[in-house]
Amino acid sequence: MAAAPALEAPETVDASGRRWFYRHPVVIRLAHWINAVVLLVLLMSGLQIFNAHPALYWGAVSTFDDPALAITSEQGRDGTNRGVVTIGSHSFDTTGVLGLSREGGTAVDRAFPSWATLPADQDLTTGRRWHFLFAWFLVINGAVYLLYGLFSGQLRRRLIPDGDQIRDFGGSVKEHLLLRFPEGEEAKRYNVIQKLTYFVVVLGLLPAMVLAGLAMSPGVDAAWHWLPDLFGGRQSARTIHFIAAGLLVLFVVVHVVLVLVSGLANNMRGMLTGWFSLGRPEKETAR
Amino acid sequence: MTLHRRKLLTVGAGLAGTALLGGCDRFAGTETGRRTLKVGEDANLYVQRLLMSPTTLAREFPAAMISPWFKPNGTIDPPDREFRALAAKKFADFKLTIDGLVQTPLSLSLADLRGLPGRTQVTRHDCVEGWSCIGQWSGVPLAELLNRAGLKPQARYAVFHCADTLEYAGGGLEGGDGASLWRPEHPGHVRDGTIQLAAAEDWGGASTATDAPKDDWGQGAPEPDAPEDKRTPIRYYESIDLFDAFNPQTILAYDLNGKPLPVSNGAPLRLRVERQLGYKQAKYVMRVELVESLAGFGQGGGGYWEDRGYEWYAGI
Repeated sequence: MAAAPALEAPETVDASGRRWFYRHPVVIRLAHWINAVVLLVLLMSGLQIFNAHPALYWGAVSTFDDPALAITSEQGRDGTNRGVVTIGSHSFDTTGVLGLSREGGTAVDRAFPSWATLPADQDLTTGRRWHFLFAWFLVINGAVYLLYGLFSGQLRRRLIPDGDQIRDFGGSVKEHLLLRFPEGEEAKRYNVIQKLTYFVVVLGLLPAMVLAGLAMSPGVDAAWHWLPDLFGGRQSARTIHFIAAGLLVLFVVVHVVLVLVSGLANNMRGMLTGWFSLGRPEKETAR
Repeated sequence: MTLHRRKLLTVGAGLAGTALLGGCDRFAGTETGRRTLKVGEDANLYVQRLLMSPTTLAREFPAAMISPWFKPNGTIDPPDREFRALAAKKFADFKLTIDGLVQTPLSLSLADLRGLPGRTQVTRHDCVEGWSCIGQWSGVPLAELLNRAGLKPQARYAVFHCADTLEYAGGGLEGGDGASLWRPEHPGHVRDGTIQLAAAEDWGGASTATDAPKDDWGQGAPEPDAPEDKRTPIRYYESIDLFDAFNPQTILAYDLNGKPLPVSNGAPLRLRVERQLGYKQAKYVMRVELVESLAGFGQGGGGYWEDRGYEWYAGI
């Protein structure tokens, strides 16, 4: 229990004896919700852009005959069209969702279905405009978050596991798998898996996303010849951008599930008002 | 359709954010929405220009990396009668015109152009759709031509007039009501219209329908038998500013991979402006016009695709 707190945060006990902890400062809360909206717009407009050429390649250029991944539609033996995802030499029938989906009652050839793209219609120009405007919001919001986090100590507190957490890594994994969530003093800090996950997402995936996106820009590539090379070429950067988007979606799904099972009301209150309940002390001493 | 889409969205995502995204499409369709979304383009132009100098070059690749097949797209075989006549004689009668805000307008044949100092570069071509090809381009640096013509001080943009007609502006004259039919309410509408027209086998129209000089790239090539159709053809065009026009890699290319440029890739001349996306690399360039403003060309966007919503600055 001797978690040396990285920084002091306000705490209070209400009339009913419940302990409250000011978990999320306002800058973090704002950055979190802006990020949520921005990432959703970027994902859906990104799928719109992907639909314009629904194939991925490795290297500097497109090897049109041999894509790493392709989402297409083709005519089956019975004459009806079906949606097909091809990864390397493997093909999967994805009719209804990928490659071929229903739009207004008719089947249309499009890689990602209209409910997943922004705009809903096939419209590359508007998709690009949404994407590039919100990419700026992502970068600015991310910069504010990182600078604030760095100077306030929040980033270290949130992302870097404490010494005792690393020593008890196995125990923490077990607690997590059993969906047992700490209360009291221990709930003031993220557990080691949370910290490492946020570390990878905040300092790994999101910056990689931005850099891989920039590596697709002929203008930025002219200024920084090294940038596409960092990913193994422009088409590799596009593929990595796509994979990183998939990993972010995976992260968000797990994140939302864990928010639900670890106490939706308390978590939401924490991210909306800052105040997070640590439970009642008698419960804590009983542990 | 809209109702159904909204229903699909609501059911499909089941998120609070869904209501927001349904609103996104309506927002993007308004004038305010379009202007707001354009802020990203302005920011990209500003920041990318900070990262570059006028002479910053795009990466050049070793010959071994040249793509075996350079994917042609957009127009691959212009239907225009004048162009077909030129192509039939292997562009022997072709003349590139350089005019507008210049001291000395130029008219140069392919042989003239090949006689000028040239540049060869192996560069990556990035399509707005997402794919890339590497090709070797040889041609005349645009700066070479602009220096010979001599720019007037008001000149700010180079406009590239191309031979290929993509659609017709209703029945009206350029700038009239007919043209505004194609102003995008929804970008989707325009693209549908383009496809229908392209499929209509109604080619053969030429610039005879209008005496607007903006459209008259064909210097002195009289229309053999003027078609009864008086509609104004909308041809491909593009524009760049002087920052890109004087870049050493900005060339009018006559060769691709060491051979004369095929028609599918833009013969006789294709603009290469290597720090931008594929749709800026205008094919079938007939005339370069130096201008002070892009207003008055097409719908004022600075290019065929720009008039249909794409960014004028295609550096990303």
